[in-house]
Amino acid sequence: MTSELLNEFTFFVLAVFVGIEVISKVPTMLHTPLMSGTNAIHGIILVGALVIAANANSPVTVILGFLAVVLATTNVVGGFVVTDRMLEMFKGRQAATKTPEAAKTK
Amino acid sequence: MTTLYALAYLLAAVLFILGLKQLSSPRTARNGNYTAAAGMIIALAATVPQLHFTSAGAIIVLIGVIVGGGVGTIGARQVKMTAIPQMVALFNGAGGGAAALVAVAELLRFGSHPPINEALPSVFSIVIGSVSFAGSLVAFAKLQELMTGTPITYPGQQVVNGLIAAAIIGFVIAVLAIASIPFSFLSLMVLALILGVAFVLPIGGADMPVVISLLNAFTGLAVAASGFTLNNFSLIVAGTLVGASGSLLTKLMSDAMGRSLGNVLFGAFGQVRTAAGAAAGKEGRRVRTSSIEDLATLLAYSRRVIIVPGYGLAVAQAQHAVRELADLLEKKGVEVNYAIHPVAGRMPGHMNVLLAEANVPYEQLKEMDEINDDFKDADVVLVVGANDVVNPAARNTPGSPIYGMPILNADQAKNIVFMKRSMRPGFAGIDNDLLYDPKTIMLFGDAKDSLTKLVNAVKAA
Repeated sequence: MTSELLNEFTFFVLAVFVGIEVISKVPTMLHTPLMSGTNAIHGIILVGALVIAANANSPVTVILGFLAVVLATTNVVGGFVVTDRMLEMFKGRQAATKTPEAAKTK
Repeated sequence: MTTLYALAYLLAAVLFILGLKQLSSPRTARNGNYTAAAGMIIALAATVPQLHFTSAGAIIVLIGVIVGGGVGTIGARQVKMTAIPQMVALFNGAGGGAAALVAVAELLRFGSHPPINEALPSVFSIVIGSVSFAGSLVAFAKLQELMTGTPITYPGQQVVNGLIAAAIIGFVIAVLAIASIPFSFLSLMVLALILGVAFVLPIGGADMPVVISLLNAFTGLAVAASGFTLNNFSLIVAGTLVGASGSLLTKLMSDAMGRSLGNVLFGAFGQVRTAAGAAAGKEGRRVRTSSIEDLATLLAYSRRVIIVPGYGLAVAQAQHAVRELADLLEKKGVEVNYAIHPVAGRMPGHMNVLLAEANVPYEQLKEMDEINDDFKDADVVLVVGANDVVNPAARNTPGSPIYGMPILNADQAKNIVFMKRSMRPGFAGIDNDLLYDPKTIMLFGDAKDSLTKLVNAVKAA
């Protein structure tokens, strides 16, 4: 095992534990936004897509690179925007907690 | 300079972790999404200066980012709230597809005899990425009702799936040991796509959120594998974070349904016959209906009313109408609460989001554990477009696909009113005995329509 591979493997194992630990207590109502948020994060594959697209020098690599960039960008942009739309609704609900008292004082 | 880029990737990784942490608490969730997005921007900004673009490369990157960005933004902005789960599936499939393509391009670069430590993660990424891509598309089709939401099974299905998996393993060995010529890894990709379809077909539409979550974790792992091939730290860390947290989330989601993950994924096999037999036996049973006016009187002179919202509420966009009815009843001195089942609708939190949009007071939304003991004191339970989450079969009928799922105790109330479009079974595809209960009154029609009529009738009562 080269030292670079060993380093990468170390990061991998540590990230597994961090990934599990960091979301261990999540309420049910946040399951879907969290799924959608992690979905946006794996859009980091765009970094990989950029690497192969930048080096494209044959018809095959041009096609592969182009498709990879399109798909990965869709994943990143769509993922973050749709997560924000979901969470926007939750913010609305927190504002709503104040309205009943306001209504009663009228 | 290299150090600077490495530090930027480290910062991005830290922001992803903080973002995930914030996303798991309601108070900070929205900021968590911004934190993660900031990490993404930093990772991308650190990548671009390191690249040496060919002229063709520069053009395809530019056009690709514009096209992908446009599709992503428009898709995410235009999608209706009810259709968000399938949108997430599509975006996830896009990521899985991208990971597989990146791996293919890398294998091509290494030629016919790639070093094993590059080839192994590449084939992993091709297989898992393709399964995620195809599986997500099937999940999308099921939720969008482009195809039937009921499990699709046929005799010998497990044997066929096993053969596909075996063929994949064969090609993986061929790529690694003999030669990674285009024929071998293209076949691998096609087989993995078929496996992705075959994997999701036998799973019912109601279980799709769990499947999407699992495929989401798959894509994370495929991305991490691509990171090993490209020797890119940010891909390894971010992909692995998603793979690990996504796996845990998948387990949490199936737990919320009171089922094991294995039961969700493979439960359909052999259950088709029992479900069909049970449905046949219920033909010809009578249900009770009533006039809107009678129902309005019943509601207006109740002391406690519990509303159980479900997917039908989302479809009919009836959240404002239901709130209007609740407000009206409260003015008449009726105590109104909403009982939110963890998996009501088609994604956890679906109902909270919808009712929040209609400004329903937060304290009226009760989680299942909080309200389940109050049903026996309720005069009326108003079930608006929900079905499986109040189906007593989950408690009483071993062998039912939903047996063991925690349900709302709507059957303990003095009166149960079902607003449904038809007698069609719910998304899990099973009949509901509660519909035939003598205490139950059916109100057929679009939920928004029925609620509006009910509001007018209560005003008159």
